Amino acid sequence: MRVISSQSVEDAVAGLCVTANRHLPPDVRRAFLHRQAAESPLGREALRQLLDNAELAGQLGLPLCQDCGLAVFFVEHGEDARVQGLPVREAVNRGMVRGYREGYLRKSTCDPFTRDNPGDNSPAVVHFDMVPGDTLRISMMVQGASAEYSRAAMLDPALGVQGVREFAIRGVAEACRGVCAPMVVGLGVGGSFEWAAQAAARALLRPLDIENPDPFLAGLEQSLTQAANRLGAGPLGLGGATTCLGVSALAAPCHPGTLPVALAIQCHSARRGEVTL
Amino acid sequence: MIRTHALSTPLSAQAASELRSGDVAYLTGFLLAGREPAHQRLLEDLERGSPPVELEGAVIYYVGPSPMTPQRPIGAAGPSSAWRMDPYTPRLLQAGVRATIGKGARGPEVLTAMRLHGAVYLAATGGAGALLSLCVREVSIAAYPELGPEALHLLRVEKFPLTVVNDSLGGELYAAPDLDAALHG
Repeated sequence: MRVISSQSVEDAVAGLCVTANRHLPPDVRRAFLHRQAAESPLGREALRQLLDNAELAGQLGLPLCQDCGLAVFFVEHGEDARVQGLPVREAVNRGMVRGYREGYLRKSTCDPFTRDNPGDNSPAVVHFDMVPGDTLRISMMVQGASAEYSRAAMLDPALGVQGVREFAIRGVAEACRGVCAPMVVGLGVGGSFEWAAQAAARALLRPLDIENPDPFLAGLEQSLTQAANRLGAGPLGLGGATTCLGVSALAAPCHPGTLPVALAIQCHSARRGEVTL
Repeated sequence: MIRTHALSTPLSAQAASELRSGDVAYLTGFLLAGREPAHQRLLEDLERGSPPVELEGAVIYYVGPSPMTPQRPIGAAGPSSAWRMDPYTPRLLQAGVRATIGKGARGPEVLTAMRLHGAVYLAATGGAGALLSLCVREVSIAAYPELGPEALHLLRVEKFPLTVVNDSLGGELYAAPDLDAALHG
């Protein structure tokens, strides 16, 4: 049994929050550069500003965006690792609160009914998974208000792949009204209702230039990305060829009487990061 | 070829009328900055006949910056979703506000009010918080300090980069997404 101190979890998470908010993931930067040439003049200018923004955020010690979002964590806990000290969830939350304070990040979390904001972004949203091994892998996603366009549904199973496609494309089209495009889309298909929603969010952790190991899903992702880019909304809705940087899908077996599907919408900067202890 | 304008505040009716959807503008001058709480108070004061700031030719920026760092006058300062301020906007345009700045589409009442009062809606690049922060040179509180971070602020900006989304003639830059092409193309 390998022992990991909860203090080291806290420290790693504090650093992760600052890094994920200040630095554009390298695969996203490459996608901006790659899409620039084919863009409309206004779309190209928007992508240029986003590339400059990424440079400046690092230099100035500012977050990429003032909406520093909900802090969402996916923890893969190795079965041969034991965290000593505080419970892992508490250590993650303490690290998040510290990172958001020390990194001058905006605190968003509020009561769903009163909308009161306690001012420290807590509690962090933490999902756990037990995995083989003796390490603790912590992935983080900054979930800004672009998530307002995320959605889940139980489709008629008879609709099949076509139904999933249409659900995804209509969802992306709806998001064009306000999301900071080109968006990144997570898709969860099958499993149970709650599995699909969580899988859609988790799918967003995969870098844009890593192909889906499942050939069927890889094909679906590619065709959905192309379809989304035929919408013509373009960067920031200014009109152009890049409305979606990529789709990332996860699927699992489901009940024969259901077809759960969920769409997680993330803004162009797809802020995320990970650390392994 | 993109048409480019240099704008200053107060924004004159003449300068606003020359802007067309799809043009780019760089604004130097002062922006009133606030969101729902500041708008709510501004409307209340307007009904009483005593707005705390000059609204003729004013430009309002919808922004909720991240916390200020020790080195800079303001944190990351990109635009908020503009639709949230739609309920307040027609009355403010009537009172002389000539441009609003945010991101995302406006509702039909705002579009009508812009045509009626010769006002425009400009987009700043959503998610370019650090870049836009760098254009902000000075920050002060214009009114309602009791609202804390949601007080009405005054930002002095230099060459603040903007795209004209809605012009005063009813022009619209945001096109409806082509759902048919996406589904069947």
